[in-house]
Amino acid sequence: MSTTVDTAAARPAAGATRTRAEGRPLGAWLLALPLALVLGVFLVIPIIMLIVVSFLDYNSVQILWSFVLSNYQEALGSAVTWETFAVTIKYAAITWAITLFLGFWLSYFLAFEVRGTTWQMGLFLVCSIPFLTSNIIRTISWIPALGRNGIVNSVLLHFHIIHQPLTFLLYSQFAIILAFVHLNTLFMVTPIFNSMMRIDRTLIEAARDNGAGFWQTIWNVVLPLSKTGIGIGTIFVITLVMGDFVSVSIMGGGQSASVGIMIQNEMSQLQYPAAAANAVILLAIVLIMVFLILRVVDIRKEL
Amino acid sequence: MTKKTILDRRGLLKGAAAVAGVAAGSGAVTGFPMIWAQNIKNVTLRQFGTGVSNLNDIATRCKADTGITISMTAMDTDAAAIRAITQPNSYDVADIEYFTVKKVFPTGRLQPLDIKKIKYYDEIVPLFKDGKVTPTASVGQGTAPCKVSYVEGANSTKFAPSPTEWMTLIPTIYNADTLGIRPDLVGKPIRHWKELVDPSFKGKAAIINIPGIGIMDAAMTIESLGLWKYGDKGNMTKPEIDKTIKFLIEQKKAGQFRAFWKSFEESVDLMASGEVVIQSMWSPAVTAVRSKGIPCVFQPLEEGYRGWGGGLGIAKHLKGLERDAAYEYINWYLSGWTGAYLNRQGYYSAVLTTAKKYMSANEWGYWMEGKPATAPIMSPQGQQIAKAGDVRDGGSYYDRIGHIACWNSVMDNDRYLIQKWNEFSVA
Repeated sequence: MSTTVDTAAARPAAGATRTRAEGRPLGAWLLALPLALVLGVFLVIPIIMLIVVSFLDYNSVQILWSFVLSNYQEALGSAVTWETFAVTIKYAAITWAITLFLGFWLSYFLAFEVRGTTWQMGLFLVCSIPFLTSNIIRTISWIPALGRNGIVNSVLLHFHIIHQPLTFLLYSQFAIILAFVHLNTLFMVTPIFNSMMRIDRTLIEAARDNGAGFWQTIWNVVLPLSKTGIGIGTIFVITLVMGDFVSVSIMGGGQSASVGIMIQNEMSQLQYPAAAANAVILLAIVLIMVFLILRVVDIRKEL
Repeated sequence: MTKKTILDRRGLLKGAAAVAGVAAGSGAVTGFPMIWAQNIKNVTLRQFGTGVSNLNDIATRCKADTGITISMTAMDTDAAAIRAITQPNSYDVADIEYFTVKKVFPTGRLQPLDIKKIKYYDEIVPLFKDGKVTPTASVGQGTAPCKVSYVEGANSTKFAPSPTEWMTLIPTIYNADTLGIRPDLVGKPIRHWKELVDPSFKGKAAIINIPGIGIMDAAMTIESLGLWKYGDKGNMTKPEIDKTIKFLIEQKKAGQFRAFWKSFEESVDLMASGEVVIQSMWSPAVTAVRSKGIPCVFQPLEEGYRGWGGGLGIAKHLKGLERDAAYEYINWYLSGWTGAYLNRQGYYSAVLTTAKKYMSANEWGYWMEGKPATAPIMSPQGQQIAKAGDVRDGGSYYDRIGHIACWNSVMDNDRYLIQKWNEFSVA
C-alpha cells in the first residue's frame, strides 16, 4: 500500500524539482536517490529480466538462450489464455463492485454518522483486526464454515430451512468471490474513509440548506469528493484480484482458473519463459486498467 | 557382517561418546580411512525432497546413529524438481522421485552413485534393477524406476537400459497408489477405476491436480470404462492427450468433481470432512484419515495400481569428506531403522531384509505379508490405525507391488500436456 502511495507521491515531487532545479540540483538528486535505488533494484531490473526471459526458448528442463516469439504466439493464439483472462477480469469486476458498495457505505458511516475522532479511529481500527493474520489463513478458515458438513449447512439443516446441504457454498465461484470480498474490502474502506474525512462539513450543511435530500447530497457532494479515494481503492482491489492465485485455488477447490494459477502451473513445470510471457501480458493489462482509472480520477489532487 | 554391525550399533547407542565409535566402526566396515570417519560426525548435509520422507524423526535418528547432521527441507513434488534443476548448489543430497530423475539427471546436476560403496546394494529389491518384482511380473507402463536407475559411467548423464555400476539414485521408498474411498458413504462395493466417474458419486469425487499424475488416473478410469486403450499411459501421444482432456472436461462440466487437490493435507481434509467419498489418494493420507477415527480404505482395483518410487541422489558439487558422509548416510538409510519407519506408514522400503529386523512379527505380517494383525497396529507417531484381526488394503507386498499397471511419468509431450491441463482447469 505504502509503495503505491510513495510512487504516486514521487511524481509530483519530481515535477516540483524540475521547477526549482536551477536552485539546488544536487540536493534534489540525492533526495531522490534512495527511492530510485530501491525501485531500480527491486522493480525495474526484475521487470526487465521478466521481459527478457519471456522472449527465450525452453525445453522441459531449462531455458535456451535463443530469441523467439513463440511464447507470445502460443499464449495469445490460445483460447485458453483468453478464457483465463476473461474469468480473472470477471472476478475482479464482481469483487470491485461489491467492495466498492461495502467500502463506500462503511466509510460513510464512519465519517459522517459516528461522532468524535476517537470513536471514528477506534472503529476504523476494528475494521483492520482481521488483517492481523495472513491472507491464506483468512481464506482457509472459510472452509470449515462453508463445507458440505460445515457450520452454515449444519445450522440451516438444523432449523429445517434446507433439506439438502448446499454445495455451492464451497469450491465454487461464490466461494471465490466471498473470499475476495472478505480479503479486499478494507483496501476500499481505507482510502474512501480518508477522502471522506477531508470533506468540509459545511458543504454538507450547505447542500441541506439548499434543500438537497439525502440521496442528492450523496450523489452531488459526497460521491464527487470521495472520487480520489474510490480511485485508489479501485487500483488496490483490481491489482490484488488480478494477480491472485492462492484464494482462487483454495476456495475454488482447484476447479477454477485465474491468470495467477496459469502462471504458477507453468512455473511448476519449469516453463519459465511461458510463465514470463503470461506475466508480461498480465502486467500490461493491469497497467492499462490503472491508466484508465487515473484518466477518470486525478489521484494527485488528494496528495 | 551386516548383522553384526547393527548389533554393534544397538549396543553402542547408550552413551554420547559411543557416537564417534559407531562412525569409526562403520567406517572400518566400508573401508573409509579412519580420520575421515571420525570427522564425519561434524558434517552437515543439506537435503531436500517431498514431504513423504523428509521427516525430522529420520534426521534425529541419523544424528544419533552416525553423527551426521541432516538438515531437511520438505516441499511438494513440482517444487522439488525445480529445486533440483535450478539451484544445484543449494543442496547436497536430493530426495526425489524417479520420474523427476528423468528430467533432472540429463542436466548433469547430480553425480552417478558407485554401487560398490553401497553396503546393501545386493539386497535392494529387483524392482529398481531389472524392474521385476517376481520373475513373471511385468514392468508396467510409464517411467518405471528401472528405466532411469542406471547411467553408463561415472561421469555419464545417459541412462543405461540395463544395470551398470553407476546408479542415478539409491532407491529408498516406493508404493502402489490407488483410489481412496469412504466405505461408510459410497454405499456399494468399489472394484474398478471407472467408479471415479460413476454418476452416483456426482459432486463427491476428486482427482489430483498435478498434470502428469492426474492424467494417469484419468487414463486408468477411461480404460476401465472400456472407452479406448492407450499405447502407453505414461507416454501419451498428442491425440491421446486431447481425447483424455476432453473426457475430463466433460466430467467436470457435468459436475462430477468436487475439487482437485494438490497437497497431501488437502486430500486428507476432503476425505475426512465428507466433501468427497472417492478420490485419488496417497497411502499415508488414508492412514491420516483413519487415525482421526474416520473409516477410509485404500481400495485395490482390478485394473491395477499407479506406482511411484523415490531415492537419494548426490549433488554434482559434493566431494571428499562430504561425499563420504553422504554415502555413509545412504548406507545408514538402508540399514533398517528408516525402512521399518517407512513400512509402518504404508510405503515400502528398498531393502526389505534390514527393515524386517526392526519390525515385530505382527507388524511384518500386517504390512508386508497381508496377514491379519494379531495385535493393534500403530503408526510411527503412536496412533492406532488398525485393530487385531484387520488386514491391510490390497494385501501383501507381492499382491500390491506386483500389480502396478503404470508408473508416475514425465511424458515426451510434457509441454503439450501442461497446455491442455490448463485448458481443463479453465473449463
